[in-house]
Amino acid sequence: MTNRLLTIKNLSVTFGGLHALRDLNFHVDEGEIVSVIGPNGAGKTTFFNMISGMVTPTSGDIIFKGESLLGLDPNQVTAAGIARTFQNVRLFANMTILENVMVAQHCRTRQGIGGSLFQTRSFKREEREIREHGEKVLGFFGSRLVGYRLDQPASVLSYANRRRLEIARAMATKPTIILLDEPVAGMNPKESAILTDLIGELRSDWGFTIVLIEHDMNVVRDVSDRVVVLDHGETIAQGSYDDVSNSPEVIEAYLGRPVKETA
Amino acid sequence: MSDTELLPARKPLDQDWLKLLNYSFTLAFVSIFVSLTNMPVRFDTRMIIEPVFSMGYLSLFWLPVLLGFLVTRETVLEGIASHKKGFREVFAGAFVGVVGGGGLSLLVYLLDNFNVRDPLVNWSPQLRDLLSFQRSNVFGFVIWPVIGLILGSLGGSVHVVSTRFRRIVTWALLAVIGFAVFETVLLDLSEGFAWLGAEWLTDELYFIRGGLTMHGAVILAVLGGLFAAFGHGSTRRVKENFTALESTQRTRANIVILLLSAAALVVLPLFLGGITNELLANVGLFVLLALGLNIVVGLAGILDLGYVAFFAIGGYSAALITTTNRADSWPSWVPALTKAQVAETWWIPSVYWLVALIAVVLFAALAGLFIGAPVIRMRGDYLAIVTLGFGEIIRLMFQSDWLGGYTGAAQGVTNIPGFQIFNVATIKGTDPRAVFYLVLFFCVIAIYVSWRLERSRLGRAWMAIREDESVAEAMGIDTVKAKLMAFVVGAVLASFSGAILAAKVGSVFPTSFEILVSIVILVVVIVGGMGNIVGVIVGALVLIGILGGPTQPGLLAEFSEYKLLIYGVLLIVMMLKRPEGLVPNVRRTRELHQDEYLQDAWLKGEIDTDSDDEETALTATASPPNMGTQPA
Amino acid sequence: MPPPVHVKSQTVRRRTGVDIFLLIMKVAMSGFVILGFLMFIGQQIDPNNFIASRINPDATGLTAAQFEGLIISGLSQGAMYGLIALGYSMVYGVLGFINFAHGEVFMVGAMTGMITSNKFDDAGLWESNFLLSLAIVLLIAIICSTLTAVTMERVAYRRLRGSPRLIPLITSIGVSFFLQNVSIALLGPRAKTYPALPDWLSKKRELLGFISIDGPRLLVLIVATVAMLALWFLIEKTRTGKAMRAVAEDKEIASLMGINVNRTIVTTFAVGGAMAGVAGILWGLLFRSVTAVTGFLPGIKAFSAAVVGGIGNMGGAMAGGVTLGGAESVAPLVLLEPWGINGVSQLKDAVAFLVLIFVLLVKPTGLFGERLSSEDRA
Repeated sequence: MTNRLLTIKNLSVTFGGLHALRDLNFHVDEGEIVSVIGPNGAGKTTFFNMISGMVTPTSGDIIFKGESLLGLDPNQVTAAGIARTFQNVRLFANMTILENVMVAQHCRTRQGIGGSLFQTRSFKREEREIREHGEKVLGFFGSRLVGYRLDQPASVLSYANRRRLEIARAMATKPTIILLDEPVAGMNPKESAILTDLIGELRSDWGFTIVLIEHDMNVVRDVSDRVVVLDHGETIAQGSYDDVSNSPEVIEAYLGRPVKETA
Repeated sequence: MSDTELLPARKPLDQDWLKLLNYSFTLAFVSIFVSLTNMPVRFDTRMIIEPVFSMGYLSLFWLPVLLGFLVTRETVLEGIASHKKGFREVFAGAFVGVVGGGGLSLLVYLLDNFNVRDPLVNWSPQLRDLLSFQRSNVFGFVIWPVIGLILGSLGGSVHVVSTRFRRIVTWALLAVIGFAVFETVLLDLSEGFAWLGAEWLTDELYFIRGGLTMHGAVILAVLGGLFAAFGHGSTRRVKENFTALESTQRTRANIVILLLSAAALVVLPLFLGGITNELLANVGLFVLLALGLNIVVGLAGILDLGYVAFFAIGGYSAALITTTNRADSWPSWVPALTKAQVAETWWIPSVYWLVALIAVVLFAALAGLFIGAPVIRMRGDYLAIVTLGFGEIIRLMFQSDWLGGYTGAAQGVTNIPGFQIFNVATIKGTDPRAVFYLVLFFCVIAIYVSWRLERSRLGRAWMAIREDESVAEAMGIDTVKAKLMAFVVGAVLASFSGAILAAKVGSVFPTSFEILVSIVILVVVIVGGMGNIVGVIVGALVLIGILGGPTQPGLLAEFSEYKLLIYGVLLIVMMLKRPEGLVPNVRRTRELHQDEYLQDAWLKGEIDTDSDDEETALTATASPPNMGTQPA
Repeated sequence: MPPPVHVKSQTVRRRTGVDIFLLIMKVAMSGFVILGFLMFIGQQIDPNNFIASRINPDATGLTAAQFEGLIISGLSQGAMYGLIALGYSMVYGVLGFINFAHGEVFMVGAMTGMITSNKFDDAGLWESNFLLSLAIVLLIAIICSTLTAVTMERVAYRRLRGSPRLIPLITSIGVSFFLQNVSIALLGPRAKTYPALPDWLSKKRELLGFISIDGPRLLVLIVATVAMLALWFLIEKTRTGKAMRAVAEDKEIASLMGINVNRTIVTTFAVGGAMAGVAGILWGLLFRSVTAVTGFLPGIKAFSAAVVGGIGNMGGAMAGGVTLGGAESVAPLVLLEPWGINGVSQLKDAVAFLVLIFVLLVKPTGLFGERLSSEDRA
């Protein structure tokens, strides 16, 4: 009964001769939480950039809900139902917190110049809906991002709250899959434990499917159904957390090969 | 800063001498430069106080005051002890004034002994006479350091005197200079209010040949000072009361203010004469243009240097559609017709201006798409140059013999009828008051459009694109479409302005649409405050109203030769010192002064401190504000 | 470090309305050019062929001498664009912004050249000892334009380093506007002339037996080549040049390697200014007339040349200049005239901008590839 949402076939990308990703195969089923791990420079962020359309693969295919995403612009990918966050938080720092989540609903709304100039009833209704949905996704994080905060610029937020706002912004695009790029980076253990629970709630209460890149193994262990390990642009292991963490290839990728002979 | 301890004043000779010399040489250099541009001689005919003080001397006198003030200015930081101000500051100002004044002494000497009129066209005896106050050269040589001494120490003593006193003096000066600058308008107004006896008042204030009378100046200075001394507190109270209002009450108050100013704008022109109405109409044309460019540059962050192209397209299409006498210029396959037939044939362009406007809007929107589409994916700075190229191409097309058959080439299109509003009324371009009302009408439309769009789905998309284009795209915004919409809206607003210009002047020439116009509009937007409707209007009022547009005279007609020079200086100074403009947009200010903003927010306790990472909140804001499109 | 976003590889993007519009535009432009060229050939073969007699009845075709003249004037014009383009290209390579005021640096060179050469002419030296006075004039012009370039960096641009991308560009527009109007305010708005060149220089010369070339144009080509070679030597063979290349690549790393970044940036401006000064003198000698706005259009065209050749690329700047100069001189008569467009020479400037637009649409990195610092490549 599992419903395959996203399938990635033989995906490769090269940057001027350098293979950032090589023959990558990957899939996500509906309702799964999949973690992508791997040492620095393994191509994890490139992988996300490729799914979200910011980088075009050299070869291979990305199939989402039965249709290829290749050649789509990032906004079209988002409209198709894949939202993402960024590793180095990239909020619209000078827009208010509410505006950040309002603007993310752009591809789900239709009103144009005419509606706003003549203040049509449908325009006002849509604006109200955008606002309500925005407040709803912000409310997911408790009281941190709502109330008086709504009209403050995103730049005054603390680092952890910026990460939360980025997730809220991704949620606001009404996606099917959310790609989280190191969601707990820079958070203290208590905060990251709370966020780990929230990631679980993203699936159970909101019905999102989640792919996350993470370095924090506690988070990976607690939330993932499945873990995929990348190294040098290739998948080197795949499976449950326990399988993967005991795989010799993975240990080698992280710790290096024991020196057998002197050169 | 009230409770920070002040360190005792430093000794007068405890100076940063290098800085003093630096400022002195700057003063000398700038005064010589200003003299050689002939500004003092040119402005000497414009009196501020008849017969003692002219704008010519003012153009030299403000420099020592400013530099004398700046030389000892230092930013006082919260919590860091600073020295008390004292004689040292006055001394520094005086030093700068004396040494810098020596520059003009040198110039007087050189003017007297050498003649380099060949390259420097303003090297003239008039300049020498002016600089030596129509007396002997020795007098001129000696007097400038003395003047420098007085003015420089005045500038330096600004640090010493109390804020209240400083405010009084500033207001007194402002009152005198302001009334001198606005002489034409006030005289015009007094004629309109003659039935109230207003003319008696202006006769007292102003000298017949221009400039304030002595007693007029004294009265104004006293009034200005009194206002500053006693009025200031109450204005501040009004402001405080206003900010203390509930938001609903505040909107209500805003609406009242808006209605009152609208009423003033509608009623006042009735009492104004032709000159002022003409001036206001010109300002209005630029308000329209600037509001349009503000959408493109201020909201969407696209630097369009070829904005004049849409102005030209508006002007030319209105001109070509409404003129009747162009039948002979149509291509050969159009059957020849006599003038009478032309007048009777419906499809020959002789359309009412208001109907033509629909076609103009259509053309402009198409042009916006056509010019926008190729450039929209380019890097921000390439886009600037390519749009500039498009602006130039469009003008060259209108000017060329190739399309000259339609557009009249360099001779332009003439005999454009006025504003025909169906058969109901015709507004003649020669009736400034009616033209002003028309411009006002379109400005109101433009303001409404800007205001609504900024708070709409599209406006938010523009802001997001300005902040970080690739993230905006990843969040589902079709950036190409949104940016094209910005182009189109801007183009339509500019075309209104062009269409009004064509009907107002009665002719269009390719020379009215040079790149220069684009840059002047850009200066208006930047000086006023990018992204802020009020700022843009203020910018147009101040720059176009006082200095004048590219071809339109302003209040200070004497400045017309120098207005472009001043625009250039303003653009540089604004970019270096106050990139957010005179009336800043809250958001942009945050962008450009993020550190200071965050510090203030922190002091006010607005910074997010819910977790134990407030440190990061302050330091991690290093993400550079993005005005263009590329993330770092 | 995550790899740069927006790297488009071979895979075809899905077409949007804008793409289709652009495709149509590219096809139309290419078609217009190709058809124009074909008709030009037809017109050369027989000015009364049936197409030419329909579209352009007054067609006469070009004689070989006319054609040669067009190419040589295009080349000499292009050489000057190339010299100015170097300044744009170097500054863009190092600082990543368009120094809009660089055209005015060129104008300052032309103006000082005008002043000094007229003084020499008054003294009779211009006639009697031309080469020496030219050398001095050249030296003074180079000094003045270099000073202008360095001063604008120091006063305006240095403080804006690291600010949002468009801020220095807008500032440089202000500087450009300011310098133009300073020239008007100090020297007057009228056009000013250079003294006439001595006869031995201004007469036509035969080269290699079959090319006849105006003396001044030959001088332009020679001086431009020499300047270009000197610049190449400076950049490729000296320590300063090495420092400039390092700073252009990555400012931060260069400073860690012990290079004084500020001084190198000043050098960049100075070298660009010197080249613009040389170009200014050449412009003056060739056209003998300068005004305050002399620098504006050539400046923008030179920037276009830099982009056409690939910004940041020295050889590309020169090649782009020659391409643009050639196109501007040849294209109106060869590609536009056969369409029956009259007054084609008025469209010269439009041609230059169309070349820029076309190149940016087809090959945004320029004909010879751009070289940008690591932070500007994104």
